[in-house]
Parts: sequence; structure tokens; C-alpha cells
Amino acid sequence: MNFHLIYESFLQILKGLGASLEIIIISLLLGLILSIVIVMMRLTKNIVLDISSRTFVFIIRGTPLLVQIYFIYYGLAQFTAIRESFVWLVLKEPFWCGVLALTINTAAYTSEIIRSGLNSIVKGQIESATAFGMNKFQAFKRILLPQAVRQSIPAYSNEIILMIKASSLVSIITIMEMTGIARKIISKTFSPIEVFIAAGIIYLALNYLVTLVFKKIEKKYTITN
Amino acid sequence: MELLALGDTGWGDEMLRACMMTLAVSLCAMTFGLILSIPFVLMKLSSNRILKFTANFFTTVVRGIPELLIIYLFFFGSSAAIMFVASIFGHNGYIEINAFFIGAFCVGIICAAYSTEVLRGAVRAIPKGQIEASHSFGIRGKRLLFGIMIPQTLRIALPSIGNIWQLVLKDTALISVTGLVEIMRQTHVASGSTREPFLFLVTAGILYLLLTTFSNKFFMIAENNYSKGFV
Repeated sequence: MNFHLIYESFLQILKGLGASLEIIIISLLLGLILSIVIVMMRLTKNIVLDISSRTFVFIIRGTPLLVQIYFIYYGLAQFTAIRESFVWLVLKEPFWCGVLALTINTAAYTSEIIRSGLNSIVKGQIESATAFGMNKFQAFKRILLPQAVRQSIPAYSNEIILMIKASSLVSIITIMEMTGIARKIISKTFSPIEVFIAAGIIYLALNYLVTLVFKKIEKKYTITN
Repeated sequence: MELLALGDTGWGDEMLRACMMTLAVSLCAMTFGLILSIPFVLMKLSSNRILKFTANFFTTVVRGIPELLIIYLFFFGSSAAIMFVASIFGHNGYIEINAFFIGAFCVGIICAAYSTEVLRGAVRAIPKGQIEASHSFGIRGKRLLFGIMIPQTLRIALPSIGNIWQLVLKDTALISVTGLVEIMRQTHVASGSTREPFLFLVTAGILYLLLTTFSNKFFMIAENNYSKGFV
């Protein structure tokens, strides 16, 4: 075991932390917004919206993230129509392709989390809220939302950890985030164990941090009597 | 569409063969992972602190580190380790280990970490009173394990095991970086030589969807079968 190499690669991989965090945070935020749209589409009585959101979630959850990344990065670039349109401004950058793929991916999973959070609330509660004279919006804001959020927090913290891990896949489309740098060091030094330890420490620390923060949030949201 | 024809003219048969390869790797990985998880479950349930710590360390590390890094570790690490052993015996030169084996091994380890958590939870979900009751009926040892504990653990864990199987199926896509010709690798090769990545990626997506949907159905039947008599 070469401790000096662990230290050296630790420092180098740490330089990719910024890129990793950028990708993770942007896609989580965009994904959360998109997921709310998807949930709303599913809850409307409109059949077309309902079916299209169901199909979206089914396809994204049933295929590997790698397929989705490749599809956006290689698949869409095949068409001249796309290469000449304004979306090419986004799709020509590997960074934004990665962000787009991760956003779509997390949106599908998060929408299921939110949906099951909403489903867990007993219908009678909404009925009694209306009986107390709240309108639909008030009932949603005061009764439905707080409970749905509390219900979804543990699952969502899991989703964030999955996203941290998933962000490593964008290294395959040439983005030099932490795993990309780790891979480069491995192929240069041929000492996978040391590099693995260095990268592993950073990823584990990141996940641990997320778990800690979410434990605090969970505590804040649980009712204590 | 002609590109997807079977036979020498198209890539259809190659894609189907790659699909079978994905299924084969997944099955091997799942079997290996489930078997590997048993000792870890026992370690987690034991009262020995060292054993408990080792098992917790294993599941935390494997579940917290990106799958890709784990695959890199074993893919590059194993051939380095074997070459080192070979050099002791006087063999110098590059040795590469079978990509199928490495792939099934890596995904199996990841599967083991997740299964350990699931099975541990399932074992603990069985009320203690049942074990006490069995003891008072004189049911002990193997009969308790195979007659009472394992059937119930399986019933409780089955839905989660179905989820892990989906995870395993999708994780095998990452093995394509080691050069094993499964769906993703074949897609990459075919798109490279035909310059039609869109078509082949859609095909790959459909193949994965077929695999996940059919196994979902299978697990649903199994769940129904196992929860007979339960509401």
C-alpha cells in the first residue's frame, strides 16, 4: 500500500469535487421541479397528461442511466436537424448532456417518491379540511403538503445519495469530475486500490454529510409529543 | 430497420445475443450476491462486535461508493493482483481476466451489500415470540431455520429482492466499460460502425425495458404465490 499515492490522488480527485457538486446540485434542483410537474400531470383528470407521465416514468425507471446518458449525448447528436437548432447550444456540451440525463433520471424517481408521499395521506383529512371551511389551496398548503414532505424526506435523502453515486457516470462522456479523474490516475499509475481508497473516502464523506443533514431535517419535521 | 435484421446483414442477432449476455451476467451476479449476503446477514445479527462492524463496514462502503469505481477497482485491480502472483512464479507479462467473471463478481458484490440490508430487515421482522413458541414446541436448529425462519424471511424480502434484481440488471450496463459484449457494449460497437447511434440506443432501451418488465411480472407472480393466506 502506497500511502503517498493515496494522499496525492486524494488531492487530485478533490479538484473534481467542484464539478461533481455542480452536476449533482443542478440536476437535483431541476429534477425536483420537473418531478413536481410530472406528479401534477398524473394527478389531473386529463388522460393524455396522465398516460404520458406514466410512460415517461416507466421508460426512465426501466432503463439504465447509461443508456439515457448515451442517448442524449450520442443519440440526439445524430440528427442534423438537432445540430442546427438552438438546442444544440445545450447538447454540444458534455456537461449539459450529463446534467440533462441526470435531471430526467432523478425526476422520474422523485415523482414516485412524492406521489407515494401524497398517497399516504388519508382522504378523510382533506374532507375534514374542507368541512372546516378551507379551500382547495389552503387544504393543500396546510394539510397535504407538510405531511407529504415529512413522508417523503427519508426516501428523498436516499435519492440524493443515489444521485451522488450516479453522477460518476458522466465521466464516461468525458467530463472530468471525481470518477473521471480517478480513472485517469488509475490508467497512469496502475494502482487501482490506492486511487479507489482516495475516491471512496470523498464519496463516503459526501454521503455521510447528506445523511447527517437529513437526520436533522427529519427530526425537525417529526411530531414529538 | 434493415440494420436490425437477423443474420449477416444486420445487427439484430448480435443485439439479441448481447441481451442474453446481459441476462446471463445478471443471473450469475444475483446468485453470487445472494449467497455472499448470507454470511454478512449472520454477522450483522450476531452479538460479536467485530463481526458486526465488519459487516456494517462492507455494506456502508459498497452502497456508498459509485458502482463504476467498484468496477474499476476489480477490473484493474484483479489483473494487477494476478500478475503479481504470476510474477512470483516467474511468469511475466500481461494477464487479463475474463470480463464475464469480473463483471458478475463486481455486480454480485454490489448486490450482496443491498441484499444484506434487505435480508437482515426481513429476519428482524419475524416476531421473536415465534422463535420462543417454536422452542416450546421443541422445534430447534435446522427445523426452526428451514421450517419457520427462511420461508417467512423470503416472503417478507421478496418485493425488495425484486427491486435488487432490477438494480442488478441495470448495473450490468456499467460492465460494458470492461469490454464484455452485453447490450451496452454491442450498442456502442454497432452505433460506431453504422453511425446510427439513435436507432441502436432505442433498441437497447427497449431490450432493457423488456427485461425489467418481464422480470417484474415474474416477481409479482412469485409474490402472490408466497403471500397466500396473508392479506
